[in-house]
Amino acid sequence: MSEVKTFVPAPDRAPPSNTLGPIAWVRENLFGSLSSTVATLLFFYLFFSYVPPFIEWALINANWTGADRSVCEANPAGACWTFINVRLEQILFGLYFASNPDELWRPTFIFILFFALLLPLLFEKTPGKKWLTIALLGVFPVVFYFVVYGGSFGIPQSNTTQWGGFLLTFALAFVGILLALPIGILLALGRRSELPVIRSICVVYIEFWRGTPLITILFMASVMLPLFFPAGVEFDKVVRAMIGITMFQSAYTAEAVRGGLAAIPKGQAEAAMALGLGYWKRTIFITLPQALKISIPSIVNTFIALFKDTSLVSIIGLLDLLNMAQTAARSVEWKGYDIEGYLFAGFIYWAFCYGMSRYSQNLERKLDTNRRN
Amino acid sequence: MTTDTQMASAELGDTIIKIDGLNKWYGQFHVLKDIDLDVKRGERIVICGPSGSGKSTLIRCINRLETHQEGSIVVDGIELTEDTKHINDIRREVGMVFQHFNLFPHLTVLENCTLAPIWVRKTPKREAEETAMRYLERVKIPEQANKYPGQLSGGQQQRVAIARSLCMNPRVMLFDEPTSALDPEMIAEVLDVMVGLAEDGMTMLCVTHEMGFARKVANRVIFMDGGQIVEQNEPEEFFNNPQNDRTQLFLSQILQH
Repeated sequence: MSEVKTFVPAPDRAPPSNTLGPIAWVRENLFGSLSSTVATLLFFYLFFSYVPPFIEWALINANWTGADRSVCEANPAGACWTFINVRLEQILFGLYFASNPDELWRPTFIFILFFALLLPLLFEKTPGKKWLTIALLGVFPVVFYFVVYGGSFGIPQSNTTQWGGFLLTFALAFVGILLALPIGILLALGRRSELPVIRSICVVYIEFWRGTPLITILFMASVMLPLFFPAGVEFDKVVRAMIGITMFQSAYTAEAVRGGLAAIPKGQAEAAMALGLGYWKRTIFITLPQALKISIPSIVNTFIALFKDTSLVSIIGLLDLLNMAQTAARSVEWKGYDIEGYLFAGFIYWAFCYGMSRYSQNLERKLDTNRRN
Repeated sequence: MTTDTQMASAELGDTIIKIDGLNKWYGQFHVLKDIDLDVKRGERIVICGPSGSGKSTLIRCINRLETHQEGSIVVDGIELTEDTKHINDIRREVGMVFQHFNLFPHLTVLENCTLAPIWVRKTPKREAEETAMRYLERVKIPEQANKYPGQLSGGQQQRVAIARSLCMNPRVMLFDEPTSALDPEMIAEVLDVMVGLAEDGMTMLCVTHEMGFARKVANRVIFMDGGQIVEQNEPEEFFNNPQNDRTQLFLSQILQH
């Protein structure tokens, strides 16, 4: 009988030294082949011919202070941020609050409150996140209504037709997102229902609103909706826009959620059934959390699209952030400074959309239970 | 480990599952044909047969993961009908272990085990967690309680799946090819747990091709083909002296290698 050998695993060795370090990285990733070298050089050429002049114009030579255009006319080589500075209230809060300095505290308070609730939520270790979320999604909209719309507690009612600027963009997007998510989830579940009636209703709803351009919906909400109600019943223009946006958005959210639901293996629902969990418990604890996790990127994608699409409300005469910046840049005092107006509006849109995008990536990472620590 | 004969001759109780004249179709395809099956309390049945023979479908009918078109299934005195309440009543008494484990990947091992007791049986959370830890110890992985299923090996996942079912304190356990998706080295650890369950007197219906397991713990082995029960017998007779030529062919093929 032969002797039994003992298995000894071979020790791990370090990789060859020429595959490590920054120089190896540059050689491999930037100049690895002829086409990669050409692309690298082209990129550096374009970067250095466009970016430094832009920074010079937008930051180094820019005009920041002053009260009228004379400052900017004296220094045309730099951007005229004086314009934004002077018209900031109008662009951010709209005409009603910009023209009533006594009421400026209202939108200011609302945005401070919003960020005070939101920012702690972005940090992993904040205690009481559940309550902060409830405050942000449940209490904040109510506070928004009483403070910004007013009409009670001695706060004068604001005229919604004069709401505008970022405040309007924010209000439309916030309401759209807040209402579209639960409606969209119900629609997605309905579309996968075993009951033909519920399924048909959801399919028709989703396909109708998804197949219609938002601009058409807003136009119809503005022009046609009043025709369906008896004379004298007047719907607020902003409310009409909110309803239209919510209908539209919920159809998109529904499809994003349905994509997630479809990706959950059948075995998940079966295992839940085998444990005796009924439909709603199964949905709430098992399928929906997993489906939402999968569909975070596409849900946030539709939210980002919505945030920017709110500028379409200009079709019904509402001046959101973009349109307000444009309007300000066309006033007699600031004619010709469109670029600064668009850049500022663009920057705010970008900041919010990028924030949403980063938050969704963060959430995806946090919810990824498949990583091995 | 008790011997084969001891296990086989253990006292059996009254009938817990009674299947009469069961027929099922998938569209035009007749998957189950006139199945009659009585399962006694404490009985351990192994069901084998070629793929497509209807063995999985049969046990999935018992907890209504599949609906049947003809015949009756009575589990612990409750007849399976369209009535959702009856279905859920039966499902909470019948545990099931799947080929692909079907653990909930977004919940920890402990949460997997406590979800149903808390929300279906209304057990207080602390009590449910104590029960869960007891069963996790029994399947020898209490140290994994706070990990997610994706961090465990296949064999560990299947043991968690068994613990999850046991937490509902079921009267019957259904196993649907519990070791078919496992690497060879992990099959043994899952079978060990199943043997332990059998020794404790659990009523088990097990679809498997682990013939060693069948010999060791089954009171009865059922062979199915073409949606029918071809032959059933106690393991010793079944393996040594199969009566039907279809059974002989099947056994010669799976025991050959």
